[in-house]
Amino acid sequence: MNPVDVKNLTVAYEKKAVLKDINFTVPEGQLIGIIGPNGAGKSTLIKAILGLIPKAAGDVKIYDKQYRAKDRIVGYVPQRGSVDWDFPTNALDVVLMGRYGHIGWFKRPSKKDLNIAHESLKKVGMEEYADRQISQLSGGQQQRVFLARALAQDAKVYFMDEPFVGVDAATERAIIDLLNELKSQGKTVLVVHHDLQTVKDYFDHCILLNVSIITSGPTEEVFTMENLHQTYGGKLSFLDKGQMMVEQK
Amino acid sequence: MSDLLMMLGDANTRWVLVGTMLLGLASGVLGSFALLRKQSLIGDAVAHAALPGICIAFLFTGEKSLIVLLIGATTTGLLAAYCIQLIVSSSIIKEDTAICLILSVFFGFGIVLLTKVQQMPSGNKSGLDAFIFGQAASLVGSDVKLMAGAAAILIIITMLLFKEFKVLTFDPEFAKGLGLPTGFLNFLFLSLLVAVVVIGIQAVGVILMAALLITPAIAARYWTNSLSKMIIISGIFGAISGVVGTLISTFGQGLPTGPFIVVTATFIFLVSMLFAPERGIIAKKIKQNIYHKQLNKAGAKEGMS
Repeated sequence: MNPVDVKNLTVAYEKKAVLKDINFTVPEGQLIGIIGPNGAGKSTLIKAILGLIPKAAGDVKIYDKQYRAKDRIVGYVPQRGSVDWDFPTNALDVVLMGRYGHIGWFKRPSKKDLNIAHESLKKVGMEEYADRQISQLSGGQQQRVFLARALAQDAKVYFMDEPFVGVDAATERAIIDLLNELKSQGKTVLVVHHDLQTVKDYFDHCILLNVSIITSGPTEEVFTMENLHQTYGGKLSFLDKGQMMVEQK
Repeated sequence: MSDLLMMLGDANTRWVLVGTMLLGLASGVLGSFALLRKQSLIGDAVAHAALPGICIAFLFTGEKSLIVLLIGATTTGLLAAYCIQLIVSSSIIKEDTAICLILSVFFGFGIVLLTKVQQMPSGNKSGLDAFIFGQAASLVGSDVKLMAGAAAILIIITMLLFKEFKVLTFDPEFAKGLGLPTGFLNFLFLSLLVAVVVIGIQAVGVILMAALLITPAIAARYWTNSLSKMIIISGIFGAISGVVGTLISTFGQGLPTGPFIVVTATFIFLVSMLFAPERGIIAKKIKQNIYHKQLNKAGAKEGMS
């Protein structure tokens, strides 16, 4: 059983295809990086899989079943900038939102939900900040709150949209520890990632994307200079840096 | 004082007070969500767009029955709200532009119709203009019961769906990812917003209804960092505004109600902005001064050593 199986997925804005004929599967219990230049459609890919934006064509299966958000087997970490952090609420409340799918209509969170939310905050090292107003958290702390919220969803497959952007080294470390813990529990995590330097350290499996799939597979096999060239096209100065990184490893 | 007691002794006045109180409560509660969803102006557009509906309903039926006028107001109010959403989702026009466009088109059309109504020979038309500025004194018992009942239902629905509206407001994409029917919830919220605006029109008027929606909410935001508390405080501020505005207008014999409700709400807002602990302007200034003094002291010490 593949945790994620995408077939012939196409997404178009107006008449322009943003994602063209995407096909891939990912192995269970691994950390998977989704890599590609700006405008390659990385975030769009996640959103299309989750049904947040309409697909022009194609089929997405999660554990061999047509994906339905109601099944609650998928957790999602959106980009931090996608919400207004001046919203009147505290960190614990945001994490509790991860439980809303489990709680059901009209009901309030139970003691168990509260415990799970506290536990999730603890896992990202934020338990002291439970009562903190979210606008008073640093960017890295906000990112960790988002991660804790996804943990509280208690899913089998996680999708994370650029969790490493704009966070300090401590948060980056905390996130990567958490990803490894999720992996050790047999969960599958797909991460949109920008920083080519860390790809080999962080991910077992890579999907190289630029509107269509360039290649996907185990990181050692597919994260090569040639494939990067193909993915990043003419952006040479950037690629020279990339070359250094690849050769260093 | 004896005047006040005498006024409260009047059954109709008591009903009007209950009505404006519940109306203030409902608009405070829904206004909080509207504010946080950055939809403050949609309420304004809906209120203005109710005018043509009221006039059309009157032109068709020739009577001033509240329920008929409210149906007219709801129809054009909803139509305006969905036109705004449609323009935003299907073109490159931004929301503020769409709101401005729809508000002025509907209100302009409403004014044309109102002029037509006023030129009509029938004598029945007087009082329709009370709808524009709001005249709670013109409310009769059955109107108020309708208004109070509708306001109570709106409050109950919002409380039941508090958790769903909260996540939808904070992070709509995540809400969708949770499997919530976000399209339906958006539609429902917009309908609740239209409903509260429409039932408030007779008391507050089409022009000022948006103020009763947003002012208590923005005032409440100064006092708390918790959504549930903000909604309760905003509801209370709305209710106080409704009651005080109605009392002033009843005292003043023929003074319009809407403006006094809004003036009361604005007064509460000003007090909140100045004196609220933590977020208020004065509290912020004091904190800043203390911090500067501490910095200066620390600096002076360093200078000495």
